[in-house]
Amino acid sequence: MAEILKPATAPQLRDAIAWAAAEEAALEVVGLGSKRGVGRPLQASHTLDLSGLAGIVSYEPSELVLTARAGTTMREIETLLHENRQVLGFEPPDLSPLFGGSTGDGTIGGVIASNLAGPRRVKVGAARDHFLGMSGVSGRGEAFKAGGKVVKNVTGYDLCKLLAGSFGTLAAMDEVTVKVLPAPVKARTVLISGLDDARAAAAMADALNSPFEVSAAAHLPARVASRADVSYVRDAGGPVTAVRIEGTGVSVAARCEGLRGRLAAYGALEELHSMNSAKLWRAIRDVAMLLPDSRAVIWRLSVPPSEGARIAAAIAAVRDVEFFYDWGGGLVWLAAGAAEDGGADAIRNAVATSGGHATLFRAPDALRAAVPVFEPQTGALGALSARVKDGFDPRRILNPGRMYAGV
Amino acid sequence: MRMPAPDQAVLARRAEIVAALRAIVPGEGVIDAEEELRAYECDGLNIYRQLPMVVCLPSTTAQVSDVLRYCHDQGIKVVPRGAGTGLSGGALPLGDGVLLGMGKFNRVLELDFANRCAVVQPGVTNLGISNAVAHEGFYYAPDPSSQIACTIGGNVAENSGGVHCLKYGLTTNNVLGVELVLMDGEVVRLGGKHFDAGGYDLLGVVTGSEGLLCVVTEVTVRILPKPETARAVLLGFPTVASGGSGVAAIIAAGIIPGGMEMMDRPAIHAAEAFVQAGYPLDVESLLIVELDGPAAEVDELIAAVEAIAREQGAVYARVSNSEEERARFWAGRKAAFPAVGRISPDYMCMDGTIPRKELAHVLDRIAALGDQHGLRVANVFHAGDGNLHPLILFDANKPGEVEAAERLGADILRLCVEVGGVLTGEHGVGVEKRDLMGTMFSEADLSQQQRLKCAFDPQGLLNPGKLFPVLHRCAELGRMHVHRGQLPFPDLPRF
Repeated sequence: MAEILKPATAPQLRDAIAWAAAEEAALEVVGLGSKRGVGRPLQASHTLDLSGLAGIVSYEPSELVLTARAGTTMREIETLLHENRQVLGFEPPDLSPLFGGSTGDGTIGGVIASNLAGPRRVKVGAARDHFLGMSGVSGRGEAFKAGGKVVKNVTGYDLCKLLAGSFGTLAAMDEVTVKVLPAPVKARTVLISGLDDARAAAAMADALNSPFEVSAAAHLPARVASRADVSYVRDAGGPVTAVRIEGTGVSVAARCEGLRGRLAAYGALEELHSMNSAKLWRAIRDVAMLLPDSRAVIWRLSVPPSEGARIAAAIAAVRDVEFFYDWGGGLVWLAAGAAEDGGADAIRNAVATSGGHATLFRAPDALRAAVPVFEPQTGALGALSARVKDGFDPRRILNPGRMYAGV
Repeated sequence: MRMPAPDQAVLARRAEIVAALRAIVPGEGVIDAEEELRAYECDGLNIYRQLPMVVCLPSTTAQVSDVLRYCHDQGIKVVPRGAGTGLSGGALPLGDGVLLGMGKFNRVLELDFANRCAVVQPGVTNLGISNAVAHEGFYYAPDPSSQIACTIGGNVAENSGGVHCLKYGLTTNNVLGVELVLMDGEVVRLGGKHFDAGGYDLLGVVTGSEGLLCVVTEVTVRILPKPETARAVLLGFPTVASGGSGVAAIIAAGIIPGGMEMMDRPAIHAAEAFVQAGYPLDVESLLIVELDGPAAEVDELIAAVEAIAREQGAVYARVSNSEEERARFWAGRKAAFPAVGRISPDYMCMDGTIPRKELAHVLDRIAALGDQHGLRVANVFHAGDGNLHPLILFDANKPGEVEAAERLGADILRLCVEVGGVLTGEHGVGVEKRDLMGTMFSEADLSQQQRLKCAFDPQGLLNPGKLFPVLHRCAELGRMHVHRGQLPFPDLPRF
């Protein structure tokens, strides 16, 4: 059984990794483990548990900056921000339930290390865009910091970008600083029912190209829509396209009216207000409506928004899959059977026709060991990524192989 | 400021190198005549000048790749350059280096409105992108004040900002993909028209890498629908402190303006004398707050901003009632640098970012430091995001003033770091702030950054002498110092 190292202080974190580097002992780096199932299965002799490095370090609402230990729970951070009418702008998904955990289990370090982003990605960016500074320990056992604690900074290489989405393979973070934003006062969602995927893509593009500052655009094909917990969507009896507008009350009402005018030609419109709107987008954000069957494997495809429908159709032509679109068509969440390669070939071939990448987001260990979880990198790019890893973790002790074999 | 000593062995081979480059880039793409090299001797930071060994102006990715591979194999240094408008000396040539000018990469390759992006060559100007998409009601959001001249390739290298970046982000938040060439000539594509390049976010570190990691040969940027309307309000405060609390109160009220700029008394007076923007002259700080978006929202928020400012002690408020009036409000701010140029033979622009709450304290200290060094300072400030631009006024013809200005600049930047801020918010480190990196980063922090450099350019041939005070050898940085079994961790909790 793997020994668990659970540092409570920054020096202990450094000691733990310096020891592992000296012993060449592989570490599985975890926060609360809510996204442990993402990535290639690890062969680690020890677990490095960062959940002891928890707590808000500083928060000044008028500076739009929050600093917290990496193991601080999202629940604690979101509660504090809510009290101050602020949010993490990138709308981090809570994917614990997707992996069988309970709501609110993630940590801020985990959210950043996975570079997650919810529906508002189209307007304000992903975790990477809100990640301002960090301190932590590289796989060399050396403590270092990067970035800063102010919202605008170009001093030195932006190592924070590199750490966002590195799934703990470069460094274990101790403290992170993120940009926060005012919470939208009001939100409304315009629903269009009955559009096929291609027509829905056109409607979403029309909405996102309008001056009405759309903050989210998603399309739920019929089967997915039928699982919604919002009755307007569930009972629509077909596919539903949703477009969200956020802001101050007067503004939201005015923009919603403009948007309805622009979208009227696409079909019958409905409107969701506050509670229902929030409920729908939470379900989209957390991938809650995709196949309740926990045996299904789940893929996450990032593609040019205008290509999402064509790519999904190409996959559906050869595999039995179910899917929905977020980010105006640019994010496709797709459920497939675990048989054979879990759809890897069909999916990656389809994505290759447009550019983008597919991640085998949830699957049994055996399948994640058998097919590449992240989009394979070859040639100069693959070699460059491996050299970047060398700079941080030459002995391959931090989550070795979690993203790519040998990295 | 010292640059690395030129390599005499390379200089001795100059004729041979020029001939080799001519074989790759034919015609007028290689410049070696001294009078023509003169045009490239400095960038926007013109107190530092150096003639390059040779200038090379490729026009295809294949040529860039061949030039870099040749220089890589021959151990010749390369300095990439866009339009040369940078303010930190990032494109300062090396006497023994090839200056690689990217100006011929000036084509817009594709406009893709369905995916809200544009694919352009790196030599296209920042404003050129906005102009290319304007007919469909779109624009490119980051807007450095040099946007008429500066190129998108340079913007990527420096991660440039502008007055709108609190709301719309810096370059890094608006670039979707690049094609780049590594020092060894390998061509790599990162990202594309989709969100979030897969794997490690190399796009994120290439952006803002100041020409030390690679040469970018194509850029895909995100374009945005133009806001329906924009209005600005001028707010005058009796003190700098009350202006600062006005800024904090606006943000605390949940308002993120499209732009929020502050000027102090010397800057207000210089700008008003230059362009007659209609600024009040009897205030200590002036805020320009611009709200953009749907008309209903802008009207609502501009009233809210004015009310908040009054509560914080504003003694002057004027809202723009026409596009012409809004443009006039901005004319003064946008002309602040040349306006200061009229009242002083030379000026140097600093670029630190501070936590906004420190504003009054920092401006007091800057004034005191100015007195100490015998120089005046005018301050303009991207107030929304805390990015300060103190303009140090000096006369380069007076003995010792350049050095005094440099020392004052360094003191100001140290002050920014001391109060919890950073050395540069948008201009980059370059040669200007290179030797101050140690005030913000430890040796370990800088070593980790340099190991990234080693992954891209292990020989250290791309733009050496910039960004890092000392560029260590990659072999030395790669070594691990472990003392097996001797590390002390008595307190480490194990389970």
